[in-house]
Amino acid sequence: MANIRRSMLFIPGNNSGMLISSDVFDADSIIFDLEDSVALDEKDSARILVKEVLKTIHFKSEIIVRVNPFDTPYYALDVEEIKQSNIDLILLPKATVESVIDLSKRLEGTEIGIMVLIETAMGVEQVYNILDASNRCYGLMLGGEDLCVDLNCKRTKLGQELFYARGRVVNAAHALNKFVIDTPFTDIYDESGLEKDTLFAKSLGFDGKASINPRQIVSINQVFNPTIDEINHAKRIIEAKDRALKEGKGVFSLDGKMVDLPIIKRAEKIIEMASKIGLIKGVLL
Amino acid sequence: MYKEVRKEKNEEVLKPSKNNQSKEKYRRNLQGLLDELEIKDGMTLSFHHHLRNGDYVLNMVMEEIVKRGVKDITIFASSIFPCHSPLVDYIEKGIVTQIIAAFISGPVAEAISQGKMKKVAIMHTHGGRVRLVESGDVSIDIAFIAAPTCDEIGNLTGNDGISACGSMGYAVTDAHFAKTTVVITDNLIDKLDDIEVEGKYIDYIVKVDSIGDCKGIVSGTTQITKNPIGLKIARLTTDVIHHSGYFKNGFSFQTGAGGTSLAVSYYLKQLMIKENIKGSFASGGITGYIVDMLEARLFDKLYDVQCFDLEAIRSIRENENHIPISASKYANINDDCIVNDLDFVILGATEIDLNFNVNVTTSSTGEIMGGSGGHSDTANGAKVAIIVSQLFNSRIPVIKDKVICKTTPGETIDVLVTERGIAVNPRRKDLIERFKKTNLPLKTIEELKAISDSLVGIPNQIHFTDKVVGVVEYRDGSVIDFLYQKQ
Repeated sequence: MANIRRSMLFIPGNNSGMLISSDVFDADSIIFDLEDSVALDEKDSARILVKEVLKTIHFKSEIIVRVNPFDTPYYALDVEEIKQSNIDLILLPKATVESVIDLSKRLEGTEIGIMVLIETAMGVEQVYNILDASNRCYGLMLGGEDLCVDLNCKRTKLGQELFYARGRVVNAAHALNKFVIDTPFTDIYDESGLEKDTLFAKSLGFDGKASINPRQIVSINQVFNPTIDEINHAKRIIEAKDRALKEGKGVFSLDGKMVDLPIIKRAEKIIEMASKIGLIKGVLL
Repeated sequence: MYKEVRKEKNEEVLKPSKNNQSKEKYRRNLQGLLDELEIKDGMTLSFHHHLRNGDYVLNMVMEEIVKRGVKDITIFASSIFPCHSPLVDYIEKGIVTQIIAAFISGPVAEAISQGKMKKVAIMHTHGGRVRLVESGDVSIDIAFIAAPTCDEIGNLTGNDGISACGSMGYAVTDAHFAKTTVVITDNLIDKLDDIEVEGKYIDYIVKVDSIGDCKGIVSGTTQITKNPIGLKIARLTTDVIHHSGYFKNGFSFQTGAGGTSLAVSYYLKQLMIKENIKGSFASGGITGYIVDMLEARLFDKLYDVQCFDLEAIRSIRENENHIPISASKYANINDDCIVNDLDFVILGATEIDLNFNVNVTTSSTGEIMGGSGGHSDTANGAKVAIIVSQLFNSRIPVIKDKVICKTTPGETIDVLVTERGIAVNPRRKDLIERFKKTNLPLKTIEELKAISDSLVGIPNQIHFTDKVVGVVEYRDGSVIDFLYQKQ
């Protein structure tokens, strides 16, 4: 399972053209959607199509399927069919403790993990317990649109209405050492707005951001990429650590500042990410 | 053999020497003029395509000519568009027996593919058209030149008038070499200062109500693609340019008006600003995006054989660094042509094969639907010729074992950019070595084909009869392929 999730791209499960091309946009994770982007009279065909696509095509990205919510008649069918496929995660909408436990049971015998979608007021309040309801649950996504409906407030580009929810879910996820993905930015024509919103999410501690349009992926990835300065600084920390180890020093400093374990871990994470996404090799493309 | 610029011009070529200073060129109407000209069987009539799918002139002339009961007419038009559908009837009746053009689309192309035309079509390149005339291989009896603005002695321009089309680069050869040259205009003025074709080459002038439909002449504004796959291809193409070794101050560039090509211009502009690189010139059919780059001083000059949109027409009228050029100066192998100075050209493809040969003449099912235009001229001339294409489109793959029609030889194609990877022609070891040092998704064309085949399968073979319906000429006049009637 991937540990780099800068970007997660939703692909409607009933769109064969998009399904076949879904891994060309450089999203770290692809979410085949059986829920909101699929009309009621296409639920069956989307489920069948996604299953067939997963059988036929080997995708290089992490594969996630968003099933229909626990309280709908499609949920059980979705899980039953999709769990036979080679996927990494199921995205559970409107997650509750009860629905995570149910899904976890249904997935027994498979290696499929759970990612929860936190998109209700109760979900935000219960987020720690929801994430902790199963070992199979690896992380969460915040769903801003549905949450605003539940909060009876307007979803804005500035996103102040989500400030509490964002802080809360980020804290819960990091407390449990799980990943946390921000809600999509829905104005696909506003590139600078997307960049601002993504930078803000990164600054709060989100690991990545969801997207409903492939055109947003490059911008999202760029925001979550370590910068050249960050990479170079991380390299120097690792080199200093290696030198200190050789010299038998337990503690060392760089540029006059003490380097402790969290700093080393962060540096290692930056180098690992930069290597995996090809930034170490040469020029950023 | 194709990549070398011909230094030795052994071919003897004709030179224009016309000097018609008559002040009596104006005729009251087309009917009277055609009576005066004595149209005969077997004549070759030429037309240019600057009015594209909005052109009225070819149909208007042919309607009158057909009334005169002649037959065996050759139409030597730089391009044929769907608006020229009345030609189909004339082809079926043996009035028009041959078409020679750089690009043929629409009902006329269908009729040729169906084997309805008596003689084979000759499909040349934009540069090859000039060579055909200069060499004497094609002799134009009467050139009919649609002119958006013309003065009383026949000086003309495409920059002004209700039917303005900008540069008239394809009309120049016709004016220079036709035995008789007729200008048909809807904007006759007293005196023209901004002259593209001099009046000394013009024999007759006729004024009509309208030479074309503005909506078909220019597209208004052309837009970059919104298709995320096209955008990815454009980004990768810009990366290819960036790391090719030719992206430096003074570089030159050409791209077409397709959505992905325009997106390349968009990303290239950003890259040039970021890297503080300035180009010497951009050429070809010019769009507003290229004009933007000129106005941002990212290029010193634009060499324009044809304007694609209103912005390009405005610019060529206002900006002295936006320079109209003839088809000869653009792409004629026997001229010091602009395409031979190009560093980069961005081109499309209907099909490309494992030897990098490209088809832009037929559809993937074998019907004529285009032609080289400047495709093979620019691929030949440019240092890096880049094909941009989706790996497949609606289940139709672009990479085939063998193309149906070889429009442009693979020796002149350097890079194929698709959404799933970049293939470099193995001949370009220098580019391969450079790209290996980057994160570009480098693959062989065989690997790309394998990916495509695994996703959409291999299409059935297309079957043709033995009947040749067209000959495809390379820019030097050699026959590069044949077009056959479909079964």
